[in-house]
Amino acid sequence: MSSHNESILREPLVTGKNITYAKVTEDILVPVENMPNKAWWIGFIVSVLGALLWVFAVSYTFWIGIGAWGLNKTVGWAWDITGFVWWVGIGHAGTLISAVLLLFRQNWRNSINRSAEAMTIFAVICAATYVISHMGRPWLAYWVFPLPNQFGSLWVNFNSPLVWDVFAISTYFSVSLVFWYTGLLPDIATIRDRATGLRRRIYSICSFGWNGSVKTWQRFEIVSLILAGVSTPLVLSVHTIVSMDFATSVIPGWHTTIFPPYFVAGAIFSGFAMVQTLMLIARKVLGFENYITMFHIESMNKIIILTGSIVGVAYLTELFIAWYSGAEYEQYAFLNRVSGPYWWAYWSMMTCNVISPQLFWFKKIRTSIAASWILSIVVNIGMWFERFVIIVTSLHRDYLPSSWAMFYPSVIDVCVFIGSIGVFFTLFLLFLRVLPGIAMAEVKLLLKSSSDQAKQKLIKEGTVDKAQAQFYTNSLQKYDSVSQKVEYTGN
Amino acid sequence: MSNTKYILGHFEDPDDLMHGIDQLQANDISIYDVFTPMPIHGIEAKLGVKRSRLPIVAFCCGLTGTITAFSMIYYMLVYDWPIDIGGKPSFAFPDFIPIMFELTVLFCAFGMVGMFFFRNHLFPGRAPRVMDLRATNDRFVIAIDVKKNPHPGKIDSLLKDAGAVEVMHNDRKYISYE
Repeated sequence: MSSHNESILREPLVTGKNITYAKVTEDILVPVENMPNKAWWIGFIVSVLGALLWVFAVSYTFWIGIGAWGLNKTVGWAWDITGFVWWVGIGHAGTLISAVLLLFRQNWRNSINRSAEAMTIFAVICAATYVISHMGRPWLAYWVFPLPNQFGSLWVNFNSPLVWDVFAISTYFSVSLVFWYTGLLPDIATIRDRATGLRRRIYSICSFGWNGSVKTWQRFEIVSLILAGVSTPLVLSVHTIVSMDFATSVIPGWHTTIFPPYFVAGAIFSGFAMVQTLMLIARKVLGFENYITMFHIESMNKIIILTGSIVGVAYLTELFIAWYSGAEYEQYAFLNRVSGPYWWAYWSMMTCNVISPQLFWFKKIRTSIAASWILSIVVNIGMWFERFVIIVTSLHRDYLPSSWAMFYPSVIDVCVFIGSIGVFFTLFLLFLRVLPGIAMAEVKLLLKSSSDQAKQKLIKEGTVDKAQAQFYTNSLQKYDSVSQKVEYTGN
Repeated sequence: MSNTKYILGHFEDPDDLMHGIDQLQANDISIYDVFTPMPIHGIEAKLGVKRSRLPIVAFCCGLTGTITAFSMIYYMLVYDWPIDIGGKPSFAFPDFIPIMFELTVLFCAFGMVGMFFFRNHLFPGRAPRVMDLRATNDRFVIAIDVKKNPHPGKIDSLLKDAGAVEVMHNDRKYISYE
């Protein structure tokens, strides 16, 4: 038999009554097959305005040069690299959800992976724009590739982590894109077969002629599994290499071996926070409450506590090692972080990343939508501060006290950052409008085993232990998508 | 007689579909193909579909990536234009590893997905070979070639007994998207 009964003790991943395969398609395609609602338009207009701000700010930077930013000769890297690392980090959750959770057979990934992967791609696009725009002469961006330059055959320096980064980020982006699009094919085919006229033609081209035959599905599953297998080390390598941009330098505060694991944990932390920020709104506005349930929200919050605590341990370890190293420059770099002129940035980071996520130990908070959303925003802010603290506080007081300086962002700095958020949301809202925000085929897989409906049926049939059925019923209390006067007599 | 080419048995439930396949096979009726909106586990074994060799493709492509990266960096950094960086050896193998890893993943992913698309004839703009529009939505469809299985009445009743909600006799093989 192709399906079996899942343990009654497991909480359902799909709720709602009378959910059939057809209903899954209907529900998920509502935003794709209908004109968008007001909430979408408001969000979209605001985002497009943000994106236009970005176009203006980046064009201005290209025209004037990097002098348009608040950099000075002491602080030569500031908001640009902060923004870059922040966006790359946010991108990590998508691959984590789609790849690592697939390898661990975590079925709850099925309803959030599609949007999270889309988020990854858009976040990496935002990150890449920072890389291009911080180059100063972006028309020479191809110099990062291993091409012989015009002076002879001098190649790029492969010993430099900046060159590794070029390969890491471009591989990450293109592999994520392939993974995402391959997964989308069956869902695009579903839209195609329900559409007519021009829509059908467009989706037909995009569906690559998918037909869902046995052999196609068999190969599709193999491809997904292997892509997950190679993406898992890939996602770890990307932020490791990003951290090496700092860790292989000799700047006190950057030159630490803890950076790779600490950056990777931080990336997953910020990525899940961003997924939470987006999903909590999307499920409400698009009516996905039955597919992105309280179980999903709670699971993501648990990952946020875990990774937030890892990040916290890393912060403390850094402080300890700085003291223990006995190196006075290293010690001063950290003393300056904690109590120097940027103390407020350090303590914002500590509060937002380490202290406030601990609130998720309380079940009430972890299962409250409002609290989860607010804390996810707090984490996003905290992770931005983390990058700012690492980059700016390590640079602004260098070896020569006469060149110590503060960094003040220019208006253009601020506009590039706010604009990049606009670009991100523009792309994300367009995605929700034209492609299914939830992987339909994968949710359909869960319907017979992990849905509330299937479990209620088991309880009604009386095939499960009564105590276990009661346990299951109690676990439904936290679900906002299950009405509380449900129907068990349990006989 | 009609000029039916294919008989399609529509099922609403994957378990019924599997039951239908068993019934047809027990009666020596060959199945042309099965179209489903989601992957069905265990169906390949039942239909005798061979194991996919894509993992081998993935491995070979990945290995090509590793070798490409190593040879590229070796050629550029060690052979063609060694740079003296503080007198350190130019063949600094540990520094090669990150890019060797990245290109392994890149080649593996693109090679494997490319081969998947090639073997299944998936490419942008290909006319979909779809036999029923609901097979990508909520129906699990068994297609039977009438030419090879001459007793349509018997097939109908077998499918219906197995739980098919609808049995269709199609005069043309694929849906027209025009």
